[in-house]
Amino acid sequence: MAETLLFNALRDAIDEEMARDPYVCVMGEDVGQYGGSYKVTKDLYEKYGELRVLDTPIAENSFTGMAVGAAMTGLRPIVEGMNMGFLLLAFNQISNNMGMLRYTSGGNYTIPTVVRGPGGVGRQLGAEHSQRLEAYFHAVPGIKIVAVSTPTNAKGLMKAAIRDNNPVLFFEHVLLYNLSEDIPSGDYVCALDQAELVQEGSDVTILTYSRMRHHCLKAVEQLEAEGVSVELIDLISLKPFDMETITRSIRKTHKVLVVEECMKTGGIGAELIALITEHCFDDLDARPVRLSSQDIPTPYNGALENLTIIQPHQIVDAARQLKAGLI
Amino acid sequence: MTQEMAAETTATGSAIAAGAGSHAERLASLYPAGSLSISREEGLMLYRDMTLGRRFEDKCAEMYYRGKMFGFVHLYNGQEAVSTGVIKAMKAQHDWFCSTYRDHVHALSAGVPAREVMSELFGKATGCSKGRGGSMHLFSKEHHLLGGYAFIGEGIPVALGAAFTSRYKRDALGDAGSDSVTAAFFGDGTCNNGQFFECLNMAALWKLPILFVVENNRWAIGMDHDRATSDPQIWRKAASFGMAGEEVDGMDVLAVRAAAQRAVERARAGEGPTLLECLTYRFRGHSLADPDELRAEAEKQFWAQRDPIKQLAAHLTGQGLASADDLKAIEKEIDAEVSDCVSFALDAPEPDPSELTRYIWAED
Ligand SMILES: Cc1ncc(C[n+]2csc(CCOP(=O)(O)OP(=O)(O)O)c2C)c(N)n1
Ligand SMILES: [Mg+2]
Repeated sequence: MAETLLFNALRDAIDEEMARDPYVCVMGEDVGQYGGSYKVTKDLYEKYGELRVLDTPIAENSFTGMAVGAAMTGLRPIVEGMNMGFLLLAFNQISNNMGMLRYTSGGNYTIPTVVRGPGGVGRQLGAEHSQRLEAYFHAVPGIKIVAVSTPTNAKGLMKAAIRDNNPVLFFEHVLLYNLSEDIPSGDYVCALDQAELVQEGSDVTILTYSRMRHHCLKAVEQLEAEGVSVELIDLISLKPFDMETITRSIRKTHKVLVVEECMKTGGIGAELIALITEHCFDDLDARPVRLSSQDIPTPYNGALENLTIIQPHQIVDAARQLKAGLI
Repeated sequence: MTQEMAAETTATGSAIAAGAGSHAERLASLYPAGSLSISREEGLMLYRDMTLGRRFEDKCAEMYYRGKMFGFVHLYNGQEAVSTGVIKAMKAQHDWFCSTYRDHVHALSAGVPAREVMSELFGKATGCSKGRGGSMHLFSKEHHLLGGYAFIGEGIPVALGAAFTSRYKRDALGDAGSDSVTAAFFGDGTCNNGQFFECLNMAALWKLPILFVVENNRWAIGMDHDRATSDPQIWRKAASFGMAGEEVDGMDVLAVRAAAQRAVERARAGEGPTLLECLTYRFRGHSLADPDELRAEAEKQFWAQRDPIKQLAAHLTGQGLASADDLKAIEKEIDAEVSDCVSFALDAPEPDPSELTRYIWAED
């Protein structure tokens, strides 16, 4: 066990997988000589050379499509979106080819690719650099979507994503790269499709992912002090949802609160609550509650930005009311 | 040919192609490819492939109007010299091929059995994409067909990826035998899309073994090439990327073949990509749903007179490489093959409804 920063956990995972499998390669803007804009591929260029860690021109749709073609012909590319928002320019390749091509080809080809990078709302980065594409990509068939939240799950999930034979959209968060904790040593691999039970509790289930997990943890501290027992679940897999874990928890607490950083309309929570209604309608003692970002472009001003995304005190309020039967 | 040579020959060409439009003028003023020698065996192989392409497509039109196939169906009539000229200059099941929605004939040239292609068009389980793809999405890993891509330009990056794999295996994995070359086919209209330019840049930058094969048939549905692009001479765009560019008579299979051979040789030798602009023409509307009202009769006439199959037939008989009977025998064989693929596809089973969600994930 050793204290590891989240970006280093990701780096170690990629390094280990590249050493393990010579077909694994990295491509994207500034991933090579520069080491990645958040240093996730630091020194890998020196170690593996310019083809295995390929610095691409700024051409998101084309290098993502190139990764598809490379995957179809035997490689296992990891594509870095310098910021996940830039992948709006690669929407066509991610949807039509990464997601749909295996099906359209009647199983002729598999597309073992990972598309990874920083997502989420940072600190005053402005609207364009603060997007949450997990919601936009959610409807695309044929891709898995995961969001990491701790150095430990970052490492284990990155290794799992690289080994998976399907396309995986892998969301990191701009504000979590410097989290640090002891992580398991050795070949640590997590399951891509399993939610993480962060904390057990009995009054309210909170479902969250990515950075909001940490906001929830702050809220939980206060709620515990007030005598509200929270079961906190980090979804990890945004597609497909781990409905087994989610259902089990709701059968226990009968109350559910979804906390997300994406916008409310067409968000992750929207689909999640629809599924919960389908799966757990009779188990619920209150309507499911959803705390999401405002349906607006993220403003630059710090105070306005804070008002746009959910804050811990809002989570406390909602959980308190759920427990008290006020919702 | 060089740009200087192109300029010199333009004046004479204009007279020949009067009234048939700028695209015809370009073709007429092309510097002659010179005498291209070919063996009897090669000549018949090319004739066979082009005839298969033509007759397969004619049969598709018939089946479409008989309600056996659906959706958008884009036929390749008139452009056969490009598919045959390029693909037959490459190694089957070794090199890679990438197409568009106009993909039936590329699939056939690459060796995908006519039965599998026709079945796919009928949506049957025996189709090369198991009935999930349709006319615009033909795939065959076995025959190194990277696919038909229905969105403009999106196949070009995928083809680039296959070329990248080839170089990666050779230079990152030390596999000296990795020398596969990829051919990406697409149209003139597609050359105004970003993916075209982005991929030209990356291919030249990394010296990837790829042929960008532009099938310039002058039209992008109803958009005249001259109205869509600032410099209609697409091959000249290669120079901006420091890559080899060539324009070729796309109605002359021998000229296309010779140009493709040069490009493939460069690519295999590690000298990088080529942009090959083939001047060609489609003999039918954009798709079977297109009323084809915009194209001038004189233009159609000009190109019909240059039917690539008739030109090859004339060459083979003129050079004493084949007799008219030899060619008739091939046509008969092809007709039998095409009828066989239709009856095969008609009798083939529909996909199993219980497998509706199969092929989403790698494990299934
Ligand atoms: C992204 C995208 N935009 C528009 C279309 C509709 N479309 C289909 S074919 C075509 C024209 C393409 O012309 P060209 O590249 O010259 O190829 P050709 O059809 O002549 O072979 C258009 C606009 C499409 N398929 N994809
Ligand atoms: Mg065209």
